[in-house]
Amino acid sequence: MKTGSALAAPPATFTAAQGNGAGRYRAWLATAVVLSVLPHVPGLNTDFGHSLLSQMGIAAVFALSFNVLLGQTGLLSFGHAVYFGLGGYAAIHFMRAINHGLPVPIALVPLAGAAAGLLFGILFGSVTTRRSGTIFALISLGVGELVYAATFMLPGYFGGEEGITANRTRAPELFGLNFGSQLQVYYVIASWALVAAMLMHAFIRTPLGRMCNAIRDNPERAEFIGYNTQHVRFFAFAVAGLFAGLAGGLHAINYEIVAADSVSALRSGTVLLMAYIGGVTHFAGPVVGAITLTWLQISLSDYTAAWLLYLGLFFMAIILFAPSGLAGLIVMHAAVVRTKAFRRLLAAYAIALVPAAVMGTGAVLLIEMSYRLSTHPELGAKMRLLWIAMDTATPWPWIVAVVLLVAGFVAFRMTWRRVAAAWDRAGDEARGGRFGGGDGSAR
Amino acid sequence: MLELTAVSLLNGVVYGLLLFMLTSGLTLIFSMMGVLNFAHASVFMLGAYFSFQFGRWIGFWPALVLAPLACGLIGAAIERYGLRHVHTKGHVAEILFTFGLAYLIEELVTMLWGRNAVASSVPESIDFPLFALFGTSFPAYKGLMMAISVTMFAFLFLALKRTRIGLIIQAALTHPQMAGALGHDVPGLFVLVFAVGSALAGLAGVIGGVMWLTQPTLAHFVGPIVFVVVVVGGLGSLSGALIASMFIGIVQTFAVAVDYSLLDLFRVLGIGVTRASPLYEFYAIKVATAAPIVPYLLLVLMLIVRPRGLLGTRDA
Amino acid sequence: MSTDRAARTEPHGGSALQLRDIHKSFGATLIIRGVSLDVHRGERHAIIGPNGAGKSTLFNLISGRLRPTTGSIRLNGEEIAGAPPYEVNRRGLARSFQVTNIFPRLSVFENIRCSVLWSLGYKYNFWCRADKLRDANAQTERTLEQIRMTARRDTPAGVLTYAEQRALEIGITIAGNAGVILLDEPTAGMSRSEADHAVELIRSISHGRTLVMVEHDMGVVFNLADRISVLVYGEVIATDVPGRIRENRAVQTAYLGSAADA
Repeated sequence: MKTGSALAAPPATFTAAQGNGAGRYRAWLATAVVLSVLPHVPGLNTDFGHSLLSQMGIAAVFALSFNVLLGQTGLLSFGHAVYFGLGGYAAIHFMRAINHGLPVPIALVPLAGAAAGLLFGILFGSVTTRRSGTIFALISLGVGELVYAATFMLPGYFGGEEGITANRTRAPELFGLNFGSQLQVYYVIASWALVAAMLMHAFIRTPLGRMCNAIRDNPERAEFIGYNTQHVRFFAFAVAGLFAGLAGGLHAINYEIVAADSVSALRSGTVLLMAYIGGVTHFAGPVVGAITLTWLQISLSDYTAAWLLYLGLFFMAIILFAPSGLAGLIVMHAAVVRTKAFRRLLAAYAIALVPAAVMGTGAVLLIEMSYRLSTHPELGAKMRLLWIAMDTATPWPWIVAVVLLVAGFVAFRMTWRRVAAAWDRAGDEARGGRFGGGDGSAR
Repeated sequence: MLELTAVSLLNGVVYGLLLFMLTSGLTLIFSMMGVLNFAHASVFMLGAYFSFQFGRWIGFWPALVLAPLACGLIGAAIERYGLRHVHTKGHVAEILFTFGLAYLIEELVTMLWGRNAVASSVPESIDFPLFALFGTSFPAYKGLMMAISVTMFAFLFLALKRTRIGLIIQAALTHPQMAGALGHDVPGLFVLVFAVGSALAGLAGVIGGVMWLTQPTLAHFVGPIVFVVVVVGGLGSLSGALIASMFIGIVQTFAVAVDYSLLDLFRVLGIGVTRASPLYEFYAIKVATAAPIVPYLLLVLMLIVRPRGLLGTRDA
Repeated sequence: MSTDRAARTEPHGGSALQLRDIHKSFGATLIIRGVSLDVHRGERHAIIGPNGAGKSTLFNLISGRLRPTTGSIRLNGEEIAGAPPYEVNRRGLARSFQVTNIFPRLSVFENIRCSVLWSLGYKYNFWCRADKLRDANAQTERTLEQIRMTARRDTPAGVLTYAEQRALEIGITIAGNAGVILLDEPTAGMSRSEADHAVELIRSISHGRTLVMVEHDMGVVFNLADRISVLVYGEVIATDVPGRIRENRAVQTAYLGSAADA
């Protein structure tokens, strides 16, 4: 399928820090400004909005740290929550010490998380980075299950099921900040998030960071240019652990409680989804994924019991059709947005959207009705979806849903060719402008 | 003491055989295609649900045949229509695909059967005690399970070692590219292996769903242990999977019965440890409490010391 | 850092690379059956032989990809048999690959720069920006010029043409200033004109270095080599200057018979 080839084009290299140093500083400055203004934007200037932004910030740091492993070094980990959670536990204990008189401001608590993340990253990493690839993924799974089980066996440190709590307002006040309000918590999280992102971005540009990319691309060749790939993996692992622990520390401040769920397989899986959906081939991809998934988790779960299923379908769609993630899609479109063919592309999208919406409606109907019947049978057969009432005991809603799904799919399929053709045109035009020959051949 | 040992041993063997039923399929898939099939335990869960549903409609014995068949078809479809498109995108994409699939299957199962466990019970025809060992009765369905497991292993062994297609699969297990270069339809073989592996998982699900609760989290419960067995037993080795399954099954069953902890050991050795000691909590953990993590300790140890596993022929 | 390199290329008894009685078996099959070889410092040494003779295996043994079953390999007088690839490279030996082995998602510039990092002492440095390392960037530019890829410096290596990738392959190999270079079939798959370019490139980069080359193209071999070793069924049947190799009866029967149209 031709669309596939356009979508599967080589992902933009990780390496390009667009522009020179001045451009870079401007970008970070702009980000800082946006972060400071965000909580005052109408719609977000409520406690709920601040809480949402805080969660997004934590998730963003966590997802970026995960991508140091996956997108940067090619290491797939199913147990990254270990470092997040252990960092969180360290931070919450540190907070308790502060509650009991330790004269350190709350704003520095994430450092305890980072330190714990680094420590355990070094400790476990020294052993688990001996292998790479699939075996490394399995080891990470095993270590994750181990640590999760251990949290229940050592209630003194981990508080068992209830977890460990602390109070973020009982601490020495720095600049009059007592962290009673969610807004102040947001600013602490946002500041640390910005610092973490800048550090991780800078890390990529160091010799070690360059070699991480190299062993991601071709670990064998890296050995032949003088590098022990195991050592490189180890360093990357320690760095990833450090920033995951930092995120855990932010988590501790935000929720004032850390429990076993912070090291769980579910959390490890979530950060993986965030990073991958956002896009592992671009630096900001995981941030996009973190924001998107946090928003989905919070808002979608209010509307439907089936939101996890939708999330799963979304993830599968990304794997199959957009392996560079949302960030990859954005970059791909940015490359052709200035071409004349772009308008055709938009038109093709619009035409494809109609059958896709029909198909989607059919699917949603089926899913929602099934979920309702199986998880809430006590509510009876009649239900409401948006403004439509239906009786699931009769065959009609089911027939309608199936017809919509099938018909929509068939029609949708027919539009693929048009979209693919529009992409070919746009792609050619975008390339033709730069290479003259239009076929990308070398001189 | 002897009673405890004998009963634990028997139960351990039963558990081990169930694990083997489950992991034989995964071993084949993992070894042949290098794909870490996260969805394998999910297919096991589907087998349990199918056997419940088919059992409701047409009875246990037909379900024993139909549920694995359905799972086999699903496995074939997964490989043919899903995984095949992902092979070219690298191992990471493959793993993530099966990971997402596991996620999806869990949600689909919830969508169809709800979040609570379904009332799958031991079918009447095999709900009687087979014999009694030291006063503890050994139910017939466990005997059936053992019989099915052993038959399956024999069948697999014969099929792989004595038939032509088995020979080709063995070759593709360790040298897939070479097998393809020699002209064998490796993609077709992949579909076959995936289908057979999934059918085996489904068969295990029929029995396992009775032994354990049939609920959407069944895959989470069983999944990680299955990976442990595959890696410890060795990639590409069915015999290794059998040995590892039995070993882990027996060790874990025994561990659950052991009520001692490191504290007891220290007491015997005369080492004084008090509540004030920093790692007291750790020393006080009874082996029985730690039993769930024994497989993971084994996994980590094996991966560090001998990633090939006990009898493995391929280093992933 | 740069003094290390100088020390490594100083004469150690005249022999840059010395193989003594190397055996390598895979399971029950003996592939390399007692190879002994002396590569003089600064010479261009070619290894030729029919397919399956074990030439790539020999390279893999020398460069650390494989461990010899028995035998000794000395690089500048130091024993390296069985050492891992990065160790061998750090001691001053670099190799290229027959199947192009580059970093596809990095740019051409980055590919080369990664190859100079260790030799310049940057190792696992995570506190400096790579873009600010003057010596690394300068050496990368020099290598880019040598392989004539300066115009393509920002192109992702994965989208280069085949010949460009082969050039990059050589570039990665020579960038770190190793004293001993192993080139595995550098002109494989090239057209006549591309191969001629490659030969000139190889000639220019071999100044002041020791070069060992596996090649099938006899034109390239007789053009470049100071001495040739002939490997047949895991044994070296002759080592000599090109003229005498051509006339060697054993070599002719074993190998050159059909390929004498150099």
